[in-house]
Amino acid sequence: MNSSVQIHTLNNGLIILTREIHTVPLVSQWIWYRVGSRNEVRGKTGISHWVEHMQFKGTPKYPINVLDQAISRDGGFWNAMTSLDWTTYFETLPSDRLEIALDLEADRMVNSLYDPQETELERTVVISEREGNENEPLFRLGEAVNQAGFSDHPYRNQVIGEMQDLQTITREQLFGHYRSHYSPNNALLALAGDFDTPAVMERLRDLYEGIPAMENGKFIPQPENTLPENQRIELEGPGDTIYLQVSYRSPAANSADFFALTVLDSLLTGPSSLAMFGGGSISNKTSRLYQLLVEKDKAVSISGGLQATIDPYLYDILAILPPDKSVDEALRVIDEQVERLQNELIQEVEIARAVKQAKALFAYGSENITNQAFWMGYASMFADHTWFDHFIPNLEQVDAESLKRTAQKYLRNDHRIIGIYRPRNNGK
Amino acid sequence: MATTSSNPKNLPGPETISRWTLANGIRVLSYTNPNVSSVYLIGLLNCGSASDPAEKLGLAHYTASMLSRGTARRSFQAFHEELENRGASLSFSCGMNDTGFRGKALAEDLEMLFDLAADSLRNPAFTPEYFERMRAQLLASLAIRDQDTSEVASLLFDQHLFPQHPYGHPQDGYPETIQSIGREDLVKFHAGAYNPDGMILVVVGAVSPEQVFSLAERYFADWRNPNHKSQTRYSLPDQPAGLIRKHRFLEDKSQADLLLGTLGPNRTSEDYLPVYLGNNILGQFGLMGRIGESVRSRSGLAYYASSSINAWADSGTWEFSAGTNAENLEKAIDLIREEIKRYVTSEVSEDELADSKSNLIGRLPLSLESNAGLANAILSIERFDLGLDYYQRYAQLINAVTADQILNASQKYLDPDRLVIASAGPGDDIL
Repeated sequence: MNSSVQIHTLNNGLIILTREIHTVPLVSQWIWYRVGSRNEVRGKTGISHWVEHMQFKGTPKYPINVLDQAISRDGGFWNAMTSLDWTTYFETLPSDRLEIALDLEADRMVNSLYDPQETELERTVVISEREGNENEPLFRLGEAVNQAGFSDHPYRNQVIGEMQDLQTITREQLFGHYRSHYSPNNALLALAGDFDTPAVMERLRDLYEGIPAMENGKFIPQPENTLPENQRIELEGPGDTIYLQVSYRSPAANSADFFALTVLDSLLTGPSSLAMFGGGSISNKTSRLYQLLVEKDKAVSISGGLQATIDPYLYDILAILPPDKSVDEALRVIDEQVERLQNELIQEVEIARAVKQAKALFAYGSENITNQAFWMGYASMFADHTWFDHFIPNLEQVDAESLKRTAQKYLRNDHRIIGIYRPRNNGK
Repeated sequence: MATTSSNPKNLPGPETISRWTLANGIRVLSYTNPNVSSVYLIGLLNCGSASDPAEKLGLAHYTASMLSRGTARRSFQAFHEELENRGASLSFSCGMNDTGFRGKALAEDLEMLFDLAADSLRNPAFTPEYFERMRAQLLASLAIRDQDTSEVASLLFDQHLFPQHPYGHPQDGYPETIQSIGREDLVKFHAGAYNPDGMILVVVGAVSPEQVFSLAERYFADWRNPNHKSQTRYSLPDQPAGLIRKHRFLEDKSQADLLLGTLGPNRTSEDYLPVYLGNNILGQFGLMGRIGESVRSRSGLAYYASSSINAWADSGTWEFSAGTNAENLEKAIDLIREEIKRYVTSEVSEDELADSKSNLIGRLPLSLESNAGLANAILSIERFDLGLDYYQRYAQLINAVTADQILNASQKYLDPDRLVIASAGPGDDIL
């Protein structure tokens, strides 16, 4: 029923991935640009995300009020996201309305206006978005941990950017960032759903072949490996809740170690899905740290965070504690469990279980057209689209030896960051 | 004019939705989705937090949270191993007038979902160990809630929109009410409130109707609760008499969250569709309709600004929300009130109406794409008695709404001078 992925490369370097799926009359288009906070220099943090906002502010052909209604009028669902390594725009809509999405995305690859007045209005919107984030204790803790986690690499910054930069970035800088990174050779278009590939390809060639490739002059940072020794960050704030975040260096997503760390994360904190649009989750009540922290009344919740990134990033373990519980005790339990992973061979049955859970999540996350198109493009941002197809087989390759080795290599208790957010004055 | 090329007969309807009523009153609905390998189960029972005693607010929610914490036949550990080993999930939740559950599994594990759901609902253990552990978890959630600007604004809003009414109380209670609940309270509430009468079960996915029906029979048909008492209904308050302005100061916040609004139509009211369509124009369409245009796009005051309709069987609310810097809070309130005033004094334009109709009709296939979307949609038609052919008639119903109907229906609810305006964040308390 579902065809395999077809790869088409235009003469200007634009890569187009298509997968026909005719189960429902829907189609999802994603265009990905290889630019994100990873490519930002000091003084201009947050510029990729702000550019993403400006891409909704109109072109001569689709002025602002036309553009923001075009997709909605046709019953479509659209949005955009900026991350560490990429910026992406998508539209999911009834298949007979695909044309508007194709035309609009090609148009705003080169023709966005960046009207000075709109730029200023958007400055306060982006600042407001940052202020909303600052309301969350976990954002503040995460921001502090990332700054400790990288000395120069832009992964030290939040995607939203620093407040000072949001106040000073100019319209010319935004427009310059757009003009230098939005080009066919720095982009990838993924299309999944109910369409006819030859017809769609003919249309895409018409739309894109006239747009020339160009030199992007992209800032490529130096990856950072081992974390400095024994870093500890303590924040205080209002409330009655303790947050403990333990962060280790994680491998790049295209490294074989990434799959082993995915399994380790599943054993420690429970399975998690990389899918972005639905599919649901599996609870983590039988995971090792839930059993030893929550079931032993030392914490009320536990979770893990592993992201697929181009360069080595951070793998986080997060525990939430009531104000009368001990951070040191929670930390001791985490360390003890990490040490077990470094010293003992994990039984086959446990590995098989983690793989089975990943398979189920994978099946749920592949059940809609939007995710199907998402996966192809997303995987291409840090590896290539086959990363997605090989995800489960790669997990199946993971064995007890490689888990032990990976735990020793990454989950190092002498080179990690301990971040603690405590209620001021011990709660009330 | 609004059209869609999709044939309405391809949408779920009497031809494709199977429906039975078990002898104990449970209504079972099933829909086969051949495009997937998984199944999705939703259930809804007639008991909720509207009946919580004032000193034990959070009781129904506490009870529902304990359902996945072990049964007479299964320990907590055994329960979650069964689920998690198979990559499945099952969770329970509580509303004002209902308790619900949702489960997801690969198709071959559907029976396990039925088994665990029925066992949890019918034989919860409420062991003292898990009862106390849950108390700590609930208190931790309340501590987080009480530092969250949008949650605190929402608590204030409900409290003042529904004075002297259960809907004005938080379903998850307050720390002191959670402290005052004992294990016996849960046992008693469960024994008196949980019952199969009026319960709805919906299953969607890679499964046949026959299989769903036989599983429902096996796990639920012999459930009876002769002791159950029906919930008291409370009379609803009137619309706010004027402008009610409330604000709660929260320390160390960069931004205030704003929630303002009033009562809206209930789901079965004839005003519902005109108001739903009107609200799409007012605060949803494109980048959040006229509200988004005014507060975000034209003024740059907020990252988000929109309006929404929440409609239940007996009541509803019409809510406007935005997140904004404390300095701009009053300006955002004024802008939203201006848009409300314009909306209730003149008809929406023909273009706006055509756009929103096209949007609502066009997005139907997308909302019915996934198992979860289908199951929610089928639950809704059963719950509010909309008719099995509701989604097949949907385009026709939407297309029939006129600008005049929208104005008349909206004026019954929305008045720029009669609103509860709640916010939380920086700035002195207004309480």
